[in-house]
Amino acid sequence: MSTHARVPVSGSSRPVAESFPHTDVRLSVEQVSYAYSANPTQAPLFTLEATSFQARPGEIVAIVGPNACGKSTLLKLIAGALAPLSGRVLLNGFITHTLPPRERGQRIAMVQQESPLLFPSRAWEFVLQGRHPYARTLRFETQDDVLIARNALAQVGAEHLTDRWMDQISGGEKQRVILARALTQQPLLLLLDEPTLHLDIGAQVDLLETLRKLAAANRYTVVVVTHELNLAGQYADQVALFQKGKCLRVGPPATVFQRELLEQVFQTQLTVELGSSGRPRVTVPSAK
Amino acid sequence: MRPLTFSRLLMHCAVLGAILFAVVVIALKMGAVPVSLYGLVRDLFRVAFGQASQLSSEHQLIVFNIRLPRIFLSIFVGASLSVAGASFQALLRNPLADPYVLGISSGASVGAILALIIEPHLALAPAIAALFTPVGAFLGAAMTVAAVYFLGRREGEIDTTTLLLAGIISASFLSAIIQFFMSTLSGGNYRGFAFWIMGDLSTPLQPILNWILRVGFFVAAGAIYTTAADLNLLLAGEKEAMHLGVDIRRVRIVVYIAASLLTGLAVSVSGAIGYVGLLVPHVMRILFGSDHRILLPTAAFGGAIALVIADTLARTVVSPSELPVGAVTAVAGAPLFLYLLRRRLA
Repeated sequence: MSTHARVPVSGSSRPVAESFPHTDVRLSVEQVSYAYSANPTQAPLFTLEATSFQARPGEIVAIVGPNACGKSTLLKLIAGALAPLSGRVLLNGFITHTLPPRERGQRIAMVQQESPLLFPSRAWEFVLQGRHPYARTLRFETQDDVLIARNALAQVGAEHLTDRWMDQISGGEKQRVILARALTQQPLLLLLDEPTLHLDIGAQVDLLETLRKLAAANRYTVVVVTHELNLAGQYADQVALFQKGKCLRVGPPATVFQRELLEQVFQTQLTVELGSSGRPRVTVPSAK
Repeated sequence: MRPLTFSRLLMHCAVLGAILFAVVVIALKMGAVPVSLYGLVRDLFRVAFGQASQLSSEHQLIVFNIRLPRIFLSIFVGASLSVAGASFQALLRNPLADPYVLGISSGASVGAILALIIEPHLALAPAIAALFTPVGAFLGAAMTVAAVYFLGRREGEIDTTTLLLAGIISASFLSAIIQFFMSTLSGGNYRGFAFWIMGDLSTPLQPILNWILRVGFFVAAGAIYTTAADLNLLLAGEKEAMHLGVDIRRVRIVVYIAASLLTGLAVSVSGAIGYVGLLVPHVMRILFGSDHRILLPTAAFGGAIALVIADTLARTVVSPSELPVGAVTAVAGAPLFLYLLRRRLA
């Protein structure tokens, strides 16, 4: 059984838009904005200005920008965890934040910076949790669930971790197990919030290679928030560049990674060169 | 990979059920008046086969009218406290949470005492009057949980240390209120200060209160059990649980109300018995893992076993006099609590 074979879902929700202008589009972020204020009478502390982009199955979208530019907020809006102030996020025609939690869990998987576990659990227990959106109340895991979990662990190259305790494996290994759990949700949309944060460069490349393969094989639409401009440049099909809550540019890495634009956003001197593959490489010029 | 199956759950529960039965038989035998094991088993058979009329009247009185009801009371109080403890640990995301430590039992005591004070002035029908104390205890418990929850947060997140401190301070504040009531209400037919602070299972219950306790336990524990799979994810973090299809608001409300109800029920019939709700879930976690689908039922059995044993000790250690059962659980529980606290901070 492959991880992208979807179990039929009986749900009450109906898509708000039956078809897109381009039928190929899976994720459509339409003029989404957001404002956060500590209390309703005060001016917002943080705003995300109207943002739009679209993504197809199998595509990787990277969201980049300096700290506190709204990247993670946008990811939460896409995930449906936050309701946008205006605009909407459509996933195959469904508005993500109005989906019931279970149905959202069957369509959208989120890989976050991990929070510590209160009580220890083994990797396989952790991965099987991804089947939760498909389980009825009190249902015990079926053989299918176990197969899906095994398959997911195999797809991220983590079979050897199956019986290990989650608090006794390295950061890179943990990230793989978390990714495997996301795969068992059999999502349409895979969201990752700074997945490379605590990884060494080898583990970072490994993770992105795995994502690239998974997106191609399982036709996931992947949205990843990252600080790693070069990883975004090498692996993403589209890059969205943010500064202070504003989406400055969306497009293929080569059109977004312009030297003047990046220097202005990140407030430092940079050089951008195009590699032989046509993908941009961003480097810091040698210190004076 | 060995996911939990229904048959494994049943098997573990059957083993614990057998242990509980053995403990009950021993508890029936133990006491100030000696009863032979042979006589006891013979009498149990006679009762089981509908020949209760053949029992000697002395045995009937001691074993079946005094000890057995008290053991049943221990079973339901122990199970309630233990399930409530496991639920509060998950709800507050704190392994040291427990109805007693966090002052929830004290809150329930205050609610129950207030209900006892107000009730005679209302001229209620007896059936409603019997409900009055448990409802008061439930409200007291629910309000204390809410207070501790909001006091125990820092920058929107529950903070382990702050939560424990808030609970401990609430407990001592509420104990002072109990003391105030007890010292001002002399002459009334109220149970003593020791009952509400230490817990005690020696007072026989009115039959209706007994039924409220039993039915209430199954309803509330059943409600919590419907969220067992969600609680597993909630332990991994609310952010993550939300993305795995958990309706966090629903789970929180169900567990909050049901666990407060369990605490309120237990406290209204037995006072504030400590440490059962804290330690039994931890022991069960070590034995059976932290999956709530198996933790909650095993914790119920474990709580029942623990409290039957504790109450038997309370009855027999200084026989023919008696200790409050809460003193027994505290003597056994407090050192274990400190051990867990130290291990966690280490």
